[in-house]
This record gives sequence, C-alpha cells and structure tokens, in this order.
Amino acid sequence: MKFKIYRYNPETDEQPRMQDYDLDIVAGEKMLLDALLLIKEQDDSLSLRKSCREGVCGSDAMNINGRNGLACVTQLSSLKEPITLRPLPGLPVIRDLVVDMTQFFKQYNSVKPYLVNNDPPPETERLQSPAQRAELDGLYECILCGCCTTACPSFWWNPDKFVGPAGLLQAYRFIADSRDQVTSERLDNLEDPYRLFRCHTIMNCVDVCPKELNPTEAIGKIKYMMMKRTV
Amino acid sequence: MTVAKRMFDVVIVGAGGSGMRAALALSEAGLKVAVLSKVFPTRSHTVAAQGGIAASLGNVKEDNWHWHMYDTVKGSDYLGDQDAIEFMCRAAPGVVYELEHFGMPFDRLENGKIYQRPFGGHMQGFGKNPVERACAVADRTGHALLHTLYQRNMQANTHFFVEWMALDLIRNQAGDVLGVVAMEIETSEVMIFQARATLLATGGAGRIFQASTNAYINTGDGLGMAARADIPLEDMEFFQFHPTGVYDAGVLISEGVRGEGGYLINKDGERFMDRYAPTARDLASRDVVSRAIATEIKQGRGCGKNADHVLLKVDHIGRDIIMQRLPGIRDISIKFAHVDPINAPIPVVPTAHYMMGGIPVNYHGQVVAPYKTGPEEVVEGLYAAGECACVSVHGANRLGCNSLLDLLVFGREAARQIIEDLQRNPHPQLLPADAAERPLARLARLSNQKNGENVAEVGAAMRQVMQTHCGVFRFPDLLAEGVKKIAEVAGRVKNTGIKDHSKIFNTARVEALELDNLIEVAQATMVAAAARQESRGGHARDDFPLRDDDNWLKHSLYYSAGQRLDYKPVRLKPLTVESFPPKARVY
Repeated sequence: MKFKIYRYNPETDEQPRMQDYDLDIVAGEKMLLDALLLIKEQDDSLSLRKSCREGVCGSDAMNINGRNGLACVTQLSSLKEPITLRPLPGLPVIRDLVVDMTQFFKQYNSVKPYLVNNDPPPETERLQSPAQRAELDGLYECILCGCCTTACPSFWWNPDKFVGPAGLLQAYRFIADSRDQVTSERLDNLEDPYRLFRCHTIMNCVDVCPKELNPTEAIGKIKYMMMKRTV
Repeated sequence: MTVAKRMFDVVIVGAGGSGMRAALALSEAGLKVAVLSKVFPTRSHTVAAQGGIAASLGNVKEDNWHWHMYDTVKGSDYLGDQDAIEFMCRAAPGVVYELEHFGMPFDRLENGKIYQRPFGGHMQGFGKNPVERACAVADRTGHALLHTLYQRNMQANTHFFVEWMALDLIRNQAGDVLGVVAMEIETSEVMIFQARATLLATGGAGRIFQASTNAYINTGDGLGMAARADIPLEDMEFFQFHPTGVYDAGVLISEGVRGEGGYLINKDGERFMDRYAPTARDLASRDVVSRAIATEIKQGRGCGKNADHVLLKVDHIGRDIIMQRLPGIRDISIKFAHVDPINAPIPVVPTAHYMMGGIPVNYHGQVVAPYKTGPEEVVEGLYAAGECACVSVHGANRLGCNSLLDLLVFGREAARQIIEDLQRNPHPQLLPADAAERPLARLARLSNQKNGENVAEVGAAMRQVMQTHCGVFRFPDLLAEGVKKIAEVAGRVKNTGIKDHSKIFNTARVEALELDNLIEVAQATMVAAAARQESRGGHARDDFPLRDDDNWLKHSLYYSAGQRLDYKPVRLKPLTVESFPPKARVY
C-alpha cells in the first residue's frame, strides 16, 4: 500500500516535506496504526504518539486523507491510496505526526473541568437519578484526542481565545451534572465574544469525533442557557 | 556531563490511577509534588479498564467487606497477604464514595445510588451466591476514573511533567532512594528529580507477551528501574490471562459482559463453564475460566477454522442492555472482531492482561526488601502503588475490579505514609556524585552502538519466547528452554541500536529504553515460573497440576543480578479477623 506521510524535524529540516512509503501489507482487517508501526520498523525516525490501540486513550489522533481521526481505529481497507497522513491541523508541529497540544489543554483547563459542590460530602454517595445521570451521556466519554478542536476553523483563527469544541463539551458536562452547584459561574466564565460564541455551528467537530459525540449540540445548550438567563 | 537538577518533596513516576490518587492527596497536603508521565495523564492505561471497581456498598444485594475479603483471599489462591487484603476491602466503600464526591459519573440505580453489577468471584456469604459488587460507569469505568482524578488534580494544582520518561532510580551508599533521573521526550533533556520520597506508579508490563490486552506504553518501567537498582521483584510468575481478549486483536472484552448475563460457548454451542465451575459458572475466577477455555481448545472443541478460540454469547441479553451497559464493548467488538454482539457472539481467547507480581511493598506502600533484617525491611525513600507494586492483595490471581480498587486504596495510603515519613525526615540528603551515571551510560551506549540490532526485532523475539514458553499452561521442557531463550534475548537487548539520533521527540530511543525494562520483567517472569513446582492461580504447571501448600505457600523474590530467587512467607494473619486458612478452591 502507498503512503504519503508528513515529515518534519526542526533539528534538521528547514521545511516540512511529504515522504512516500510503499508498504507490503494486505489491508485485511488491519488498522492504520498497524501499518504505521510496520513503517516505523523500517524507518525508526518516523515519530508518532500511540498507546492503547483501541480508541480510548486519544494518543494517535492525526489527519488521515484530509480528515481527523484515530489511527488505531481506522480500518486500512477504508482508506483510499495513497494514504496521506498529516499532523492534526491548527497546532504547532513538534515533529512529524506529533503536535504540541499545550493550547488545546489550556483551553480545556480554562473551563474548570471538575465538579464543584460546596456542601459537606455525605457519608455515602450523593444521590443522582438515572435520568439525571443520563444527562452526562455523550459528554463524559470524551478522550481528549483533539480531533474535534483541531478540525474547527474557529479554533484555527483564535486558538488562544476560543475554547473549542472539546473544552466546551466538558464545560457542559459539568453544567449538566445535577451534583454541580456553580452553573452560573460556569456560564459567566464563557460569557465573552470569543470563548463560546465563536462557534458558528460548522459541525466539523461532530463529523470527526471518533467517539461519535456531539459538541455542537452541547454548545447549543450552553448558548440557550446563556440566552435564557439574560431574558 | 553535568545534569540539571530539580528538587521536590515527592516525585511520582506514572500518572495512572494510583499515581494520580496519591498526587491528589499529596498536593492537597501542600507538598511540592512532581508527577512524571511518559504520556499525557489521561492516556495512561487505567483509561482502558472497563467493568468496574469492587466495593461492598451493598446497593443491590446485601454485602460486606468481610465477604469481599474472603473472595479476594480465595481468588488469590491463598497467596495474597491477608493483612493487606483486609485493609483494602475495609477501605473499599470509602474510596468509592470519595470518587463519587470527586465527580465520577457512576451509573445509577433507580434509588439514585451507585449502580453495581456482578463480576467474577464476587460472592455473598463466603462464596455462596454471586453478588453485585462492581461499581460501574457503563463499560468505561477506568476512563471515568482516570479523567475524574486528572480533573481533581488540575483543581489541586498538581505539577505534571508530561512526556517525561523516568530512566533510573537514584540510590546512595546506604541504599536510600533519593529520586529519579528522567528524560524529556520532546527535547531528550536529562534531569535529576531529587525528592525525599519517590513513588513508583508505572503500571503493568503486559507487553512482554505477543497477545496482550495492554497498551503499548505498558512496558514495566518501574520494575526495570527497581531491578537495575538491586530491588527484588515479587511473585513475577503470576501473570493473569484474561479469558476474553478479542481473538487475533487482543483488545479486552470486559468480564462485565458475563456480569450482565453473557456466557461462553464452544464449537458445539455448549455452555462449557458449567462443567468447570458449577456454581459461579461463567463468573468463576479469571484463572479458572482461562484454563477452561484453553482446555476446550486443546481438546478440539474450539471455534473457527483453526479451532483456536471460543465464543462469548451476549445477544440474548437484548439490545437495550447492550446499548446502555456495554456500549464500549459493542464498539470494540464491531471494530476489532467485526461482529455486532447484538446479533452474533464475539470470538475470544485468553490474553495476557495483568501482572500480579511487582515491586514488593507493605500495605502502606513502602518498598520492602530483605537486605539485612528480613522481608519487612523498608527501603527508605521508595514507595510503589498500583500494578507495578506487589502488596500482595492479588496473590496468585486477581479478582476482576480489584485492580481499580487497589489503585485507589494504595495510592491514597502510600500518600498518607509519605506525608508521615516526610515529617520525621525533613531534610533532603546529599546526592551521590554518580547519581546520573547509570542512565547516562545507557543513553551513551545507544548513541554509540555500532551495528546494533533492530529494537522491534529483539522485542518481537522476546514476546514470542514469552508467548510460547510461559502461557496459560506451563510445561517443564518449555520452561527450561524458555529460561535459556529469554537469557539469549536479554543478551541481544544489550546490543540494540537505533538509526534515529535526533533529540526531538525521538520515539525510537524511547522504545529502546522501554525494552531494557521489558526484558527485566520477562526474565523475572520466566525464571520464577520455571522454579515454582506447583499450580496456583495464574501459574498452571502441566507437570505439577496441584497446589502445594506444604512447599510453595510462599512469595518468590527475584533479583536481576544473577537471576537469583529467594522466598518469603505469606502473611496469613489479617489485621483484626480470623485468618482464612488455605482450602480447596471450588467455584
């Protein structure tokens, strides 16, 4: 199978380049990550992140034939050749397929992604009905791979100001949690021309999310709450 | 070469469940903590745990910690230390409630309490009937746990060093541990992290096997560091093969599938576990179920054209329960086994999953090694928790859901012990002049190696030897040969070479360094397995099919230098209750 892979090592390369690889492999039921590791056995200078190889850790997000995804859960047979691989767009490249995710995590942290409940904790669990708990489905499952945020043009233009779909999904995860007590502060924290409202419902995030989550819907719900409290 | 140095109160190596639970407690206590992780914290392998956390909340049926303790002792095939097991099972409800208070999105019962499901070996009334003890977040419990702990650590301002790989421990003449030497992956910068307490929380080493449920990062780094620093490794012959890894892919299919009503069938469609475990059936201990599957396959009742796997049937529990309780499993099954469990059974095979052994610690997380005064002698300054540690609460076989529990209980307890120890030990010691010598020599060797062997090839050779010679059933001739072969591979590991010598995010170098750690674990596992002449828990010898309490009710200790083995007694006396004496183990 034929591959075109983005290569850049700031130590030695002035410019990034696309390198061709021809791999003797039968796609069968193999994943893209399997192929990348075979390429790396031949050329150990190719850098990429990897860990769980089952789509739960979020390490191996990359741009695959123009679309963000996880290499470990992308079937080789589903890809058109030459398979073109680039680092996630919109973030600085450290080397090859490895990007610097500092800005992504900074935005995630900015939504204060942790439960705030100032009541003294009870001796056992805080109660939550199955219906209240169901509000968190489609939110808590995020693996922070960055596919969505780096597919978002609004994030490309304003990575320092716009929280981005992954961060906003987590903002809503805590707003939606019946145990959290600071919804109003959470909304205040997003009340800004950029942080939330730069989302123009382009919906690239929904399109690429490997966990099939829907950040646009969560963002819509935050916007609705924001609107409701002003009227 | 001079190496930069930073000083902390505590350095934690690893940001999985135990490392982050400890970090949280230490940060909240106001200590200066550095958490080093090879990967961004939420990429740690805790994220892949599926089924649940064991705790006797009794939310569905009556339950108590004493029954949980009995099940754990029995599950361990009586090799677990009963003081540590009592400690863990008593603490279990508390650490789960604590997690809930931290924001963990547990599934809920109609009355609003935490949802609990049945799991292998979890029983009421000292082994009588299955009980719902696994506290679950769908089939993504580890993911929810790891993210919750990371979020909480953000709130506590824990200082993470992300994509830093610890290379070696620093020990002084007296044997005290004074910190670690680590390398930043992005820049290859080497730095000394000096600390009054060092906690190893580096997780497992499932990557010593070819077929493994484990992530690529599970390379036993803490064990390799310990082994090179003359710290023994305990009970390494006990490796758990999970009954249900996806055939051919190795990806884990949670025991929660059987907890929700799924069961195993052979090529005749027979629910064969009835023959092996009449009471617990498919929810017997993992070692029992894995051996049953291996036996079915060996006797020609396997499925598929090579008759080399069995099927996990789950369609009968219905689409709704699958979608609600097992959505991740369905996803994995579709992606890696190419079947939708709503319609068809999942092909599965026993797959290397969990290392019961590890760095010997007492139940306070202090590393212990018998240098002068006996097996309980504390190595000053060094602690370990989670899968890399051997407390030993899992003995010869871990019960499902006791691993997440282990992370929380002993991560928290190690932190408490560290806080106590630091109070009587307020001043950092002087670093020895050769503090960074070993890791610098390892790096220099890699840089200067001429005509070195390809790291991937040597790694593959190691995994092949382990898979063939040290599997679910172990045979005397294969073990003897395995000891020789793995020693040969260890020789090759000393001569690996990399072509990429860049300083920037050099994963070739990282993988070569990881192999140094993997081979320590592989060799320890093979040597300890060849020596133990009995069958117990995860260690099943073809030539010694029975447990032998007269000769082998003892923990093994493996020393890397000279591949020497030593043994120490099992702690059979619990903290407060009567001991559970060894008896025949029937499920």
